[in-house]
Amino acid sequence: MAADTHETRTANRGDLVFQRLIVVGAVVMVVLLAAIALELTRESRLSLSASGVRFLGSTAWDPVKELFGGLPFIYGTLVSSFLALLVAVPVSLGVAIFLVELAPSWLRGPVGFMVELLAALPSVVYGLWGIFVLVPWLRGGVEPALARSLGFLPFFSGPSQGFGMLAGGLVLSIMILPTIASVSREVLRAVPNWLREGALALGTTRWEMIRGTVLPFARSGIIGAVILGLGRALGETMAVTMVIGNRPKIAASLFAPGYTMASVIANEYTEATGDLHLSALAEIGLLLFAVTLALNALARLLVWRVSRVAVQGSRR
Amino acid sequence: MNSRKNSVDRIALPGRRKITDLVVRTLCLVATLLALVPLLSLLQFVIVRGAGGLSWDLLTQLPRPVGEPGGGMANAIVGTLVLVGLASCVGIPLGITTGIYLAEYGHTRTARVVRFSADVLSGVPSIIVGMFVYGLMVVTMKRFSAVAGGVALAILMLPTVARSTEELLKLVPTSLREAALALGVPRWRATLRVVLRTAAPGIATGVMLAVARAAGETAPLLFTALNSRFWPTSLDRPIASLPVQIFTYAISPYEEWHRQAWAAALVLVALVLILNVAARFFVRHRTDAR
Amino acid sequence: MMKATESFVPTAEKGRVVTIAERESAILPAEKIRSVDLRASFGATEVLKGITLPILERQVTAIIGPSGCGKSTFVRCLNRMHETAHRATVAGRVLLDGRDIYRAGIDPVAIRRRVGMVFQKPNPFPTMSIAENVLAGLSLTGERIPHRMELVEKALRQAALWDEVKDILPRSGASLSGGQQQRLCIARALALDPEVLLMDEPCSALDPIATARIEELIHELGDHVTIVIVTHNMQQAGRVADHTAFLYMGELVEYGPTDRVFTRPAEQRTEDYITGRFG
Repeated sequence: MAADTHETRTANRGDLVFQRLIVVGAVVMVVLLAAIALELTRESRLSLSASGVRFLGSTAWDPVKELFGGLPFIYGTLVSSFLALLVAVPVSLGVAIFLVELAPSWLRGPVGFMVELLAALPSVVYGLWGIFVLVPWLRGGVEPALARSLGFLPFFSGPSQGFGMLAGGLVLSIMILPTIASVSREVLRAVPNWLREGALALGTTRWEMIRGTVLPFARSGIIGAVILGLGRALGETMAVTMVIGNRPKIAASLFAPGYTMASVIANEYTEATGDLHLSALAEIGLLLFAVTLALNALARLLVWRVSRVAVQGSRR
Repeated sequence: MNSRKNSVDRIALPGRRKITDLVVRTLCLVATLLALVPLLSLLQFVIVRGAGGLSWDLLTQLPRPVGEPGGGMANAIVGTLVLVGLASCVGIPLGITTGIYLAEYGHTRTARVVRFSADVLSGVPSIIVGMFVYGLMVVTMKRFSAVAGGVALAILMLPTVARSTEELLKLVPTSLREAALALGVPRWRATLRVVLRTAAPGIATGVMLAVARAAGETAPLLFTALNSRFWPTSLDRPIASLPVQIFTYAISPYEEWHRQAWAAALVLVALVLILNVAARFFVRHRTDAR
Repeated sequence: MMKATESFVPTAEKGRVVTIAERESAILPAEKIRSVDLRASFGATEVLKGITLPILERQVTAIIGPSGCGKSTFVRCLNRMHETAHRATVAGRVLLDGRDIYRAGIDPVAIRRRVGMVFQKPNPFPTMSIAENVLAGLSLTGERIPHRMELVEKALRQAALWDEVKDILPRSGASLSGGQQQRLCIARALALDPEVLLMDEPCSALDPIATARIEELIHELGDHVTIVIVTHNMQQAGRVADHTAFLYMGELVEYGPTDRVFTRPAEQRTEDYITGRFG
């Protein structure tokens, strides 16, 4: 009896120690997020107090004259990410629908793997490919053609430079495509099969079934996938830095060089000339962090909601 | 509404519906093919141009100054291995324990906060993580270092490893857990000996994918490990890495460096692909059947 | 395996299944469906091994048999739903009004219009209201619906659900009880005015009271629609069906008027199953 209680106690103690140990490990995750926020705030304190919110609206960026306005970078980030979504969303939804609803089963595995491979390749390799393949192609073929046919629009006017907003947007679209496609694929997979059968048994075609029952059910999850893709586009650094041209000017033409928040940090952070410069860069980083944080939180909630509804539905 | 009298007509499907169905199916197929074009083009260029620049010197020699032909990036290859090794030492154990916590004690409020943080952290741009580690380590240690680079990569690996470990542990049937507990094994021992071991192949997959991702990261290394033209000698010195080297060479104006950038890209892509394919090999059970 | 008593057992070769007992039961209803040597597989596993069976018009036919005998697969072949499953294949013929629904050039989508289906688990569309669920078959296929409310009311009345839901039509279909959901699914199928209604264990997820209501409904509908109901519950088959077919291990063991199959089974295996010796 005594031995029993002794053993019980050691077992419990083992459990307790184990549990405490792994809790400490797990809490690191939360601490990290908080620490990143604190550190970036601390680093950007100088810039925050010097120019505050006006920083966001100012277009002048001249480290030599100590002029720091963040607008060109915010603009560049938004435009390039928007371009990326414009291309990537329809394509990746097509991929996801193809992989879950249409493709013969022997094709699903290999094609799915290839799409995931697209996500696995390092950003810097995309940049390399962008410099030597995509940019020459844009400069020599696509941009002149666009200028000829749609040149009356301000976006497609001006000289074809290759390195510019269009190149940045396209590289980004390739990089976020697998994110949106694979999250959407998971969301579509979470749609219960009885929903599909119910529609098919009423005499719908596949597409009518998908549009009428699968997509409405998966809607918020797909929106989540798109937001995740947007988050990735906003923060993507290397590939964009290598093709976007890196000029802090706001231009209407997509052919003209631009600059993104992540790029300017990558290019200038280690070579910042003064405390204010460093602090201004940190403020850009803080803004980027806050935006991606909010987008990710929102996206996760949306994706999570679909799978939860699906689980409840199947339990019924 | 249809009347039953014309039931012969009811066998035919209105052409419009059939055409719409066909058009949408075709569009989805086209989208999929379109998505694979950049992958194939990229792989083609990396292989063709990379093979052209690949040489024994590249894999064994140090870089030479501009203008001097030849030279290699052996130090960058070693550097990447060192950085990834450092990151793995921190990121994998911490990630796995966090995963265990989420799977085994995952219903508490703390666990939900941790899970949410992991998801959000995985979406934080890697350059931000670089800035954070710069402030945390580079500024305080007053020098760029391999350790700082390793820590930055570890932070990036952490959420991936944790979440995939959690997902895989959840797949282990409860009956197995209960069987061990019913034998009088304490919970922590049951978790480590039975549950973790059962899920080990899947966890290895998650780990390999995280390692592959870390190996290709560039942005967080720019402010932490920096770069170096020499062999790595100490962990508190700057260290070269393949991604940073590719970046530096790619944006340089020198033909010779471009050649080497492609060759280095081939080495890096091969490394990432091998890790990915090996990871796939580990999980045969995750079929794509819906 | 079908030799034992010629007179009662289907003969696969000729596809003739009219039995003596049926002749005795006077006027024969027309055949609405006939499966001829129907074989169905999942991958390499054959789950139906050549079934020849008539389904008589405006009659209720019950398919009984132990689980795994292929009864669900059989009805899923009658509206070409089987082939929507993973690695599923079909061979043989299914004649609907004498015409093979598996012949080349036939669109399964059109067949499913004529042959409706109700599933084991009630599956109203959770993103649609009750009224929208009733009209789903028409709205999903992009058809114009001229008299929406009349149609909704008619279908819901047919499904004996109207009085319970007439005041909550805009609510989600998922808000109803299990039995109501199942009747909503029946209404959804009836709104398309199908010639045949297939019911795959429609009561297995329901409580006894809800089950009784559905059975009552099957009785009423049986006068207008040809019904095929799969059930593992023999009492249910006895209560609702005019004809009963017993399937075992993918083969048709016996078919005949329900009374006869239950009181004087011709096959030993039928008797064993009915008396509860296996299954």
